[in-house]
Amino acid sequence: MYNFEFVKPSNVADALAALASEEAQALGGGQTLIPTMKQRLASPEKLVSLLGISEMQGVDVSGNIVTIGGATTHANVAAADAFSGLTGLASGIGDPAVRNRGTIGGSLANNDPAACYPAAALATGATIVTNSREILADDYFQGMFTTALKEVEIITAVRIPVPLASNYQKFEQPASRFALVGVFVAKYVDGVRVAITGASENGVFRWSEAEAALSVNFSYDAISSLSVDASDMISDLHGTKEYRANLVRVLTGRAVLSAS
Amino acid sequence: MQNISIKINGKSVSGSVEGRTLLVEFLRNDLNLTGTHVGCDTSQCGACTIHVNGVAVKSCTMFAAEADGFSVDTIEGQENADGSLNKIQQAFQDHHGLQCGFCTPGMVMSAADLLKNNSTPTEAEIRTHLDGNICRCTGYHNIVKAIMAASGQDVSAIAAE
Repeated sequence: MYNFEFVKPSNVADALAALASEEAQALGGGQTLIPTMKQRLASPEKLVSLLGISEMQGVDVSGNIVTIGGATTHANVAAADAFSGLTGLASGIGDPAVRNRGTIGGSLANNDPAACYPAAALATGATIVTNSREILADDYFQGMFTTALKEVEIITAVRIPVPLASNYQKFEQPASRFALVGVFVAKYVDGVRVAITGASENGVFRWSEAEAALSVNFSYDAISSLSVDASDMISDLHGTKEYRANLVRVLTGRAVLSAS
Repeated sequence: MQNISIKINGKSVSGSVEGRTLLVEFLRNDLNLTGTHVGCDTSQCGACTIHVNGVAVKSCTMFAAEADGFSVDTIEGQENADGSLNKIQQAFQDHHGLQCGFCTPGMVMSAADLLKNNSTPTEAEIRTHLDGNICRCTGYHNIVKAIMAASGQDVSAIAAE
């Protein structure tokens, strides 16, 4: 890997100042970025670690909102006293050692098309809080590895409204432990939201037909005869477009049956 | 280069590292703590698992500079005070939990991480916790058996495989 300058500021203002220089990049837990740099697919001149910023750490549950600091690790979300759909998702990312380093902010900023957190954020209608503004999940995800984040902008927190019931189902690609397909189902008073990761060439998306059906009747039967269009699905050696499209329906059904 | 100071296996250690110096490179190349292995260098295999501030981490996927001021534990610090093998290490020996031994430091560190939070894990919990530790020789059976034995559970009913 090419060398770079490593800095670890202790507050958001100092992190933004450090990121303002050219070829600087923010570093969360590095569980994606460090392997990427080893392959020389990324070669920042400066890395700004966000893990020294204490105000970006931790999970707070108050009323019907879970607020997660952007630099909070997956392990700390998994262990938090939050709703089971969220803690279950966090406890299934990667492996235990990866969960002790990887962060929710890093995952959402990278927006890997097979990452787990984008499905949770989109299905719950989360708010992505940055140093300068608040972005609704529906506006935040803009396609594979693409988000609404600007060049010098840090995810300081994520606010998630607590659903009445929720569940995340992941069909794991056994070597990478990423989602071959992952489905997050979240039921709220005003309707059901379903977000799919791992499947689409366009990154995480909402399955609107399933949402409409489940909002009327929250049961497996409501979606068992639905299907998603396979034409935009990812096709690779792990699974064809049609295989992924079928998994979307199967996993949505399992998520509905398991929702609590 | 920047100066870092880390408490490694209870002892304060200082060094000078580049930004890109991985924690495992600092341990192995600068401190000669070669018990921590590099199997894949791609965060898959877990041979480089150590504890950073008390939790398991893949030391090939963390920069040494990130650990400045932290407490790090490696396989070299796992033995008992009298130099004998600790109960996890002894169980790996007793139950033949290794063949070539390359993955063993990471397996022992992951097992210690598990047992700290779950003193009597089930077989399924052990296998799930070892998700990120790959062994190419043993087929895992005796590793799982060793960890169960290290937790004080009866393993006499588990057949040798």
